[in-house]
Amino acid sequence: MKSGSNLEKVLSAGHTAVTAELGPPMGCNAETVRKKMELLRGTADAFNVTDCQTAVVRMSSISTSIFLAQAGMEPVMQMTCRDRNRIAIQSDILGAAAHGIKNCLCIAGDHQSFGAKGKLKGHPGSKNVYDVDSIQLVGILRGLRDDARQQGGDPLDASVPLFIGAAWTPLGDPIEIRTIRLAKKVNAGADFIQTQAVYDIKRFSEAMQKARDRGLHERVAILAGIIVPKSGGMLAYMNKSVPGVVVPQELIDRMKAASDQRAEGIKIAVELIQQVLQIEGVRGVHIQAIEWEEAVREVVGGAGLLPRPTV
Amino acid sequence: MIIAERKPVAEILNMIEGASTVLVAGCATCVADCMAGGEREVGILASAMRIALVREGKAVEIIEVTVERQCEREFIERIRELVEKVDVVISTACGIGVQAMAERYRNKPIYPGVNTTFLGLREEEGLWTERCAACGDCTLHLTGGICPVARCSKSLLNGPCGGSREGKCEVSEEIACGWQLIIDRLIELGQLDRLEANIPPKNWATSRDGGPRKVIKKELRDEKRKQS
Ligand code: SF4
Ligand code: SF4
Repeated sequence: MKSGSNLEKVLSAGHTAVTAELGPPMGCNAETVRKKMELLRGTADAFNVTDCQTAVVRMSSISTSIFLAQAGMEPVMQMTCRDRNRIAIQSDILGAAAHGIKNCLCIAGDHQSFGAKGKLKGHPGSKNVYDVDSIQLVGILRGLRDDARQQGGDPLDASVPLFIGAAWTPLGDPIEIRTIRLAKKVNAGADFIQTQAVYDIKRFSEAMQKARDRGLHERVAILAGIIVPKSGGMLAYMNKSVPGVVVPQELIDRMKAASDQRAEGIKIAVELIQQVLQIEGVRGVHIQAIEWEEAVREVVGGAGLLPRPTV
Repeated sequence: MIIAERKPVAEILNMIEGASTVLVAGCATCVADCMAGGEREVGILASAMRIALVREGKAVEIIEVTVERQCEREFIERIRELVEKVDVVISTACGIGVQAMAERYRNKPIYPGVNTTFLGLREEEGLWTERCAACGDCTLHLTGGICPVARCSKSLLNGPCGGSREGKCEVSEEIACGWQLIIDRLIELGQLDRLEANIPPKNWATSRDGGPRKVIKKELRDEKRKQS
C-alpha cells in the first residue's frame, strides 16, 4: 500500500471505484459542508473536494477535506498549481497528511481570469503562480512519498502516505497530445486518473484504445468522469463551451425532449456509467452533480454500485 | 523588441500637475517601431497635451525631443541642456529608458509616458504580440521554437492544460493557445516525440523570481580595470 487510503484499497481489491465531487461553499459556514456531506455519505469510496474551482474564492480544499476526514468520509483533496508555489504546496500537503488526508488530485486549475465563466466577479487581477505544472506536481508528491524528500532536496522526517491523482482530458485539443499527456502523468507517478466528463462513448473508447496501446491502463487506475446533466440546455452549453467535452447531438435532443429533464439526466448518467465500465481499462467512475449532490445516490444506486464495498 | 503603449493623456497631465515647463522625451528605437514613443508619437502627445492644457486654462510650455536610444548614457547626455531647463520630463521610452534618464539626471523628476508591456514583435500591421518572458534559461529547442513560458497563459512546461479549444486559450477567444502552436510546429518538424520527456520543475531563480538580475562579462571588466 502506498497510502492505505480507502480509494487505494478499493482499487487494489479489484472493485469498481466510485468517487464523487463536493464543492466547498463560498463562505465559512461549516453547516453547509456538513449538509453536503450527509447527502453524499456512503455514495462513493472517496469524495473530491475542489480547490477554488472556476477561480472563485471558496472555503479551502484542505480545511473542507479535514471536515470530511474527521467525519469518516474519505476526501480526495484537489490541489491546483494556480495559487501556490512549490513551498506552499508541499507545506499544505504535509499539513493535510497530518490530518489524515491521503488522496490528492494534482491539477493546473482554471486560470484566475475565469471568475465562474463571467457569472461572478472573481479575481481576474490576481497574480498567477504556476511555479510548477500539474505533471511536475505529481512528481513532487511522489518524491514526498517514495523518497521522503522535498522537491528542493531536503529530507523529511518520514515519507508522506499519498495516493496521487491526476486529471485527463482525452478529447481535448490538441488531440494529438492527449495520450502523451496521460503517459507523462503516469510516468511522473500518478496512481489514479479522473477524466473530463464523458458523453461520447465512441470517441472515449478510441482514446482508451490509444491508452491501452501504450499499456497505460495497467499502470494507472482510470476513473471515467460523469457529469450528471440537469437539462438539455446544459448539455448543449457544455458541448459548445467546455473544452474537451463532446456531447452527441442525439443525447442533447433526448434530454430536451424529456418531460422531466432531471429524471432523464439521472437516467442518462446511469447509462453512461454502465457503458464506460464496459471499456477495458476503466476501473471506476468519478461523478459530478454540480450543486445537485442529491442526485449522486440515485445515480450510483441506479448503476448498481451501491452499497460501496468495505475493505 | 520592447513593446509599449502610450498612457492616456489625462494620466500624464495628472503627473505634471504644477509644472510650468515639460520636456516630452522620445526614443527612436523599440518604442518608435511599436508606435508608442518615437518622434511621431512625441509630436502627437505634445499636441494633445497642449490642447488639453489650453482648454484647462493652464500656461505650460511643452518642449519635444527624441533621442536615438534612451537606454544608452551617451545618447541621453546629448539632451542635457533641455532637461536642465524644464521642471519635469515625460519620457516616452520604455521603463529602461525612463530609469536611465532618472539615473543620469538625479535632481529632475522623470515620469513615464508609456506603459512598457512586453518583449515581442510586430505580427501584422498594427498588431504586436508577446514572444519572450526573459526567463533566463531558454529552452526553445524543446518546444519547436515557440515559448511556453511567454505564450501559454499558465507557463506550463509539460504540454497544454485541459482548457485548450480550437487553437484558443481558455483565458480568451482572442488569445492563441501557445501549446497548440507548439504542437502544430513540432508535428510539422516531425518532432512531436520531443514532448514525451517529462520536464522537471523549472529553476525560476534565473528569472525575475531570483531578484534583480545582472550579466557580467569578466574579461571586459578586467580589461577596463587594467586601463584605469
Ligand atoms: S524560454 Fe525563456 S528565454 Fe526562451 S523565449 Fe521563453 S521566456 Fe524567453
Ligand atoms: S489553453 Fe493553452 S495557452 Fe491557455 S493555459 Fe491552457 S495550455 Fe496554456
